[in-house]
Amino acid sequence: MKKLTILLLTVLTTGWVNAQVRLTGKVRDNRNHIMAGASVQVKGSYDGGVSDSTGHFSFKTFEKGEQTIVVSNVGYKSVEQKIAIGVDTVEMLFNLKEEVNELKAVTVTAGSFEAGDKKRAATVLSSLDVVTTGGANADISAVVKTLPGAQQVGEQEGLFVRGGAGYETKQFIDGTMVNNPYFSSVPDLAQRGRFSPFLFKGTVFSTGGYSALYGQALSSALILESIDIPDRSEASASFSPIFVGGGLQEIAKDKKSSWGVRYDYTNLAAYFAIVKQTPDYFKVPEFHAADANFRIKTKSGGIIKYYTTFATNHLGLRRPNIDDATLKNAFALKNTNWYNNLSWRENLGHGWKMNLGLSYSTDHNDISNHIQNQNNAQVSTGLVWIDSTNFTATTRADLSQFKAVFDKRLSGISVIRFGGEYMYSYNKGLYNTYNSLLKDHFKALFSEADLYITNDLAGKVGVRVEQSSLLNKANIAPRLSLAYKTGQGGQMSIAYGTFYQKPENTYLYATTNFGYTKATHYIINYIKNTALQTFRVEAFYKKYQDLVKTYPAYNNDGSGYAKGIELYWRDKKSIKNLDYWISYSYLDTKRDYLNYPAQMQPNFAADHTASLVMKRFVTQWNTGFNFTYTYATGRPYYLLVKNGAKYNIADQGKTIDYNTLGFSLNYLQNMGKAYGVIVFSMTNVLNSNQVFGYNYGHDGHKEAITTAAPRFIFLGLFLSWGVDRRQDAINNNL
Amino acid sequence: MKQVLVIISMFIAGMVAAQSKYETAMGRGLEQLQAAKTAEDMTTASAFFERVGDAEKDKWLPYYYAAYCNHLTGWMNPKADKDKVAEKSKDLIAKAELVERNSELYCLRQMVAVQQMTVDAMSRYQTYGAEANNALENAKKADASNPRIYLLQGQTLLRTPEAFGGGKAVSKKLAEKSIELFKTFKPASPLHPSWGKDEADKLLEACQ
Repeated sequence: MKKLTILLLTVLTTGWVNAQVRLTGKVRDNRNHIMAGASVQVKGSYDGGVSDSTGHFSFKTFEKGEQTIVVSNVGYKSVEQKIAIGVDTVEMLFNLKEEVNELKAVTVTAGSFEAGDKKRAATVLSSLDVVTTGGANADISAVVKTLPGAQQVGEQEGLFVRGGAGYETKQFIDGTMVNNPYFSSVPDLAQRGRFSPFLFKGTVFSTGGYSALYGQALSSALILESIDIPDRSEASASFSPIFVGGGLQEIAKDKKSSWGVRYDYTNLAAYFAIVKQTPDYFKVPEFHAADANFRIKTKSGGIIKYYTTFATNHLGLRRPNIDDATLKNAFALKNTNWYNNLSWRENLGHGWKMNLGLSYSTDHNDISNHIQNQNNAQVSTGLVWIDSTNFTATTRADLSQFKAVFDKRLSGISVIRFGGEYMYSYNKGLYNTYNSLLKDHFKALFSEADLYITNDLAGKVGVRVEQSSLLNKANIAPRLSLAYKTGQGGQMSIAYGTFYQKPENTYLYATTNFGYTKATHYIINYIKNTALQTFRVEAFYKKYQDLVKTYPAYNNDGSGYAKGIELYWRDKKSIKNLDYWISYSYLDTKRDYLNYPAQMQPNFAADHTASLVMKRFVTQWNTGFNFTYTYATGRPYYLLVKNGAKYNIADQGKTIDYNTLGFSLNYLQNMGKAYGVIVFSMTNVLNSNQVFGYNYGHDGHKEAITTAAPRFIFLGLFLSWGVDRRQDAINNNL
Repeated sequence: MKQVLVIISMFIAGMVAAQSKYETAMGRGLEQLQAAKTAEDMTTASAFFERVGDAEKDKWLPYYYAAYCNHLTGWMNPKADKDKVAEKSKDLIAKAELVERNSELYCLRQMVAVQQMTVDAMSRYQTYGAEANNALENAKKADASNPRIYLLQGQTLLRTPEAFGGGKAVSKKLAEKSIELFKTFKPASPLHPSWGKDEADKLLEACQ
């Protein structure tokens, strides 16, 4: 019986074996590295195998004669090879070449921090990151300040990047420049940005070497890309002791279009009644802000977006006069701002894409400063250094802009891009009785190519030409960057570029006999990225030329440099449920500009700056806890006094080191049918003494510039119906 | 004698019933899938199904199983690059969808999206969470009686905190609905997807 079984089995199995031929071999990649997991198959049959961890494969096939073997793997180009199958084992060797694609290809990253989901590999910050950064109070600029390259300047708004002044950083929304990204300046008090982080899906903070598409920024570009059509309709409302607001966002049933409106009212009266402020506010800050938007998807996958915001604010504050303690400076400000942005992104077919942007903004200020006595009555002292600080000013700044960019995809994923922009700026001012008017027709043409030489080597070559009618001068700015992939997730980049910027209006009012100010950037960086961790180190050298001098004459004789090294580490992996980043910047910079007698370290530059940002969401409590600690070494301050034909340094020093710990807490809870988020936040939790610089009196004594109150505390409730915004902060367990 | 009969009948079954080479191959593949203990076994099964799919361009099932097996490797190998695995899964699903779009393939799309979301749920929720929800919506539109839809929805919601609309109570209802549907569920053929009953029972247990 047994024998029969064995016999039968033998007969049957030999029959099978004889019919089959074994195919074996190895699979490697183009660098000759072993490739596991590649699929090998006889085309048109079911026979095949998979390469193992040593790159070997082995399988049997019934197929005979001339056959095609196909080897494939994700991310590689499939290889086909014809073989003849006889009776003997066939041995083969395959080399697969990497497929060039956008996700895997090296991206040029020198100088820029890209946030948002657009390119996974370069993601650093998302809009959620902005609202959950401790102490930042959902202000985009405040969060950007925790990234390397930015200075901790608390006495005025703006991003001070790599030895550059605040006005050397420009903000762009959907490609077009924003003229007044911040609320109007108040002396010695930094103001917030105008735009909510929820408007944007991606933020690129470029600290240098950026694309030829952007100009008129010597140091840095903050490139904001607005969201497309949101996922669901929602109504929202927010309540806080300092503001109330409500909004509606309606998405069409077919999800092809949407519109929205929002209104917010802010009044700090109640808050200032509880939390004492150093200045005496005779007009407590009050803001009205309304915005509206629509977005329409086009047939060929493009989108048209419109966003407008209208805001007014009013404030007035008194501070003791620095020269006479019995007198006060009463500063008042009224601002009205209207911003419009219309953009159209379209696929034109045949590899062509188009981006059109149209923007218009107008900004009006009524500002006054009056010397008052103890009874708050306006007085005249007869002392010129006091009386001359009295002023009234009205300003109007309009910017109309059109920008067109065309993209053409070349072979592979290389792209050539070109276009132009036109800006008309109209600035009118009345300072006491002095009228001024500046009009500029500014034109620029640019072209740039993203060249993917291999999957591991990419370059960006660009050039920008600009002409300003006001300066009656043109400039030409080349840009170049290269990136080389050094291994899994790691890459080196270098960037070079020249950048031009018109002098600020303050100086152009005096004379338009200026040229462009100029900066040249040299950057080298290394970045290593995994899905949950990012390491980045960057070194830069920046040369400033033709900076504005105001003394001994108004001209472009200024100069300077900045160099430094910066580190960034973000980790969402090592400690469960904890997301943190560390950034460090070393900066060595000097410049001779305005009335500086020589090249000196400017008063907005610190040698060392470091931030630690931590976020932890505790699922069982539905609460997120966020901490931000920032440290910066002291910044220099100077008293420059005119002595004959020169300004001399009459006094100088360095401020104390800057420390601040910010905290915020987000508690998420259903409230009836609404989803609610309660936000509590506090700046400067440790009550550290913060000195941003000094003001000098006529007699040379100095007073520290500090915050209006040691801390800012915020408590608010945000409700939304329809869409679950709290899902923004969904747990890590999923 | 019995053994001989078995062997002979197996042989005959093998040869004669091999009227459909395709069905035999699929059967073998499903056996591999059942027997797979490691991510490597699963990759082999996936590659096998993919080969069948490449040869049988008018069938969606081979690619469905190829994607399903490939998707599972992402969970079986804790060190797997889930994005890479998902890229491959989506590739395979897309090939199956060229043949037909159906509830099962949409379910698979949900599973793949959830897998990608877990890489960094906090910041990926908006993109991959929405993708997963969309897939289930489509699956319902295609065939609302597919018990796997409610199983997948229940599994996702169980791991979502109550405050976000998840939790045991919501999930339990879905598990019950899935089990109810499994009672009457009949796969269109022995080769069609029929998995999920055990998982639904487990889900219900976890919801207690």
